[in-house]
Amino acid sequence: MSTTPVNTADQPQIGTARVKRGMAEQLKGGVIMDVVNAEQAKIAEDAGAVAVMALERVPADIRKDGGVARMSDPDMIDGIISAVSIPVMAKSRIGHFVEAQVLQALGVDYIDESEVLTPADEVNHSDKWAFTTPFVCGATNLGEALRRIAEGAAMIRSKGEAGTGNVVEAVRHMRQINGDIRRLATLDENELYVAAKNLQAPYELVKEVAQLGKLPVVLFSAGGVATPADAALMMQLGAEGVFVGSGIFKSGDPAKRAAAVVKATTFFDDPKVIADVSRGLGEAMVGINCDTLPESERYANRGW
Amino acid sequence: MSSSTPVIGVLALQGDVREHLVALAEADALARPVRRPEELAEVDALVIPGGESTTMSNLALAFGMMAPLRERVAAGMPVYGSCAGMIMLAEKILDGRDDQQTVGGIDMTVRRNAFGRQNESFESAIEFRGLEGDPVHGVFIRAPWVESVGAGVEVLAELPAADGAESRIVAVRQGNLLATSFHPELTGDHRVHAYFVQLVAAAAR
Repeated sequence: MSTTPVNTADQPQIGTARVKRGMAEQLKGGVIMDVVNAEQAKIAEDAGAVAVMALERVPADIRKDGGVARMSDPDMIDGIISAVSIPVMAKSRIGHFVEAQVLQALGVDYIDESEVLTPADEVNHSDKWAFTTPFVCGATNLGEALRRIAEGAAMIRSKGEAGTGNVVEAVRHMRQINGDIRRLATLDENELYVAAKNLQAPYELVKEVAQLGKLPVVLFSAGGVATPADAALMMQLGAEGVFVGSGIFKSGDPAKRAAAVVKATTFFDDPKVIADVSRGLGEAMVGINCDTLPESERYANRGW
Repeated sequence: MSSSTPVIGVLALQGDVREHLVALAEADALARPVRRPEELAEVDALVIPGGESTTMSNLALAFGMMAPLRERVAAGMPVYGSCAGMIMLAEKILDGRDDQQTVGGIDMTVRRNAFGRQNESFESAIEFRGLEGDPVHGVFIRAPWVESVGAGVEVLAELPAADGAESRIVAVRQGNLLATSFHPELTGDHRVHAYFVQLVAAAAR
């Protein structure tokens, strides 16, 4: 269990670290799907998604269209909130704390401070402790994950390369984060100070991870998941759940593929189930080879 | 450990399964995850964890778990449900999806997400009848409440009325079935799980 601050007051308290992190615990073993309208949100809910991510364009289209990608239109977010009963997440730009304030005012259940949108601040991420709405942030390694947690993130996801349909970067990030954690757990207590220096992360969080053998918040995978087998791969690599972006609604049969990814995430260690749900799904999204992406188009480099 | 020690499953289709397994272990129970009908057949009792009730219901139907769950509940298997698990044990739900199915078993009507969206999720001390010591620390996350209960249902905890809001039922028991709106598995206080483990032991005798 994570060592979140204990509330000793008799009065009900909202926005505590425990209810923020606890919300993510409830999403574990589940799939969070990118949707751009109420109709897609309903398809996601019908398929068994644990939450939806409301955004104006899926990452594949953001890549295609170029330009500045921003927070979604409040009307569109409202439409999705009223269409489904499951939690609704939405993205703010990195460091754009006013977009985050707007999303909180709209009543979204989780804010993704996301590298998929164009960063608004090249130095600072948003101060996430200032919000009652919890935040999820992307990370490529343990140090980055802990810097986001220090800023108040209540959930971490791998960055991957969103919108490519190529899982290779998500695999790299998940292996990196979990490998970093395993290495930390082998260190002597005296060695944790230097480990904190090398990770560029607060010592207290480094010590907590070394003791727990895991992050103090939930860790999901994101970026490039396109098939049920991709989702199961991320779960077997230690993800506690999966975000799927363009992979569903850029495919031939979104409803069927969405349900298949949900089932493969629950039965991630059962190849027979994964084989069954992978039959007859129609076309997967085409996908992009990440090594042909110019550095300037790599989302994982955004945020630090 | 005797071979007759009851085994408690945790329904592992989705949700905070790990936290319940840890809490049960700390309450000296034998616990294991359950995803398939044959695994359900091997346990003496079950915890339905917190999570997303629509997802759990969907997966329970897709993988042939709903009918065996209902049969076991009807046959008297002890079950504890927290949050989404409470919804799964309700005979009737409000603000669910139109086609949302539950396991049922407790004669109550439960309102989904009744305390509001995540912004309104909260922590509060709760007096829990039958537990000794300090009040239980209730963690309510997009939590349901019990709108009404039938004659055979014992109310174990209520959130007191405050700021013009009515008091709300947040923990109930009917026979071998126990349900809470909140998440004791997130607090490190395992008294609610110990209460359930005792209930399971009594049912096994």
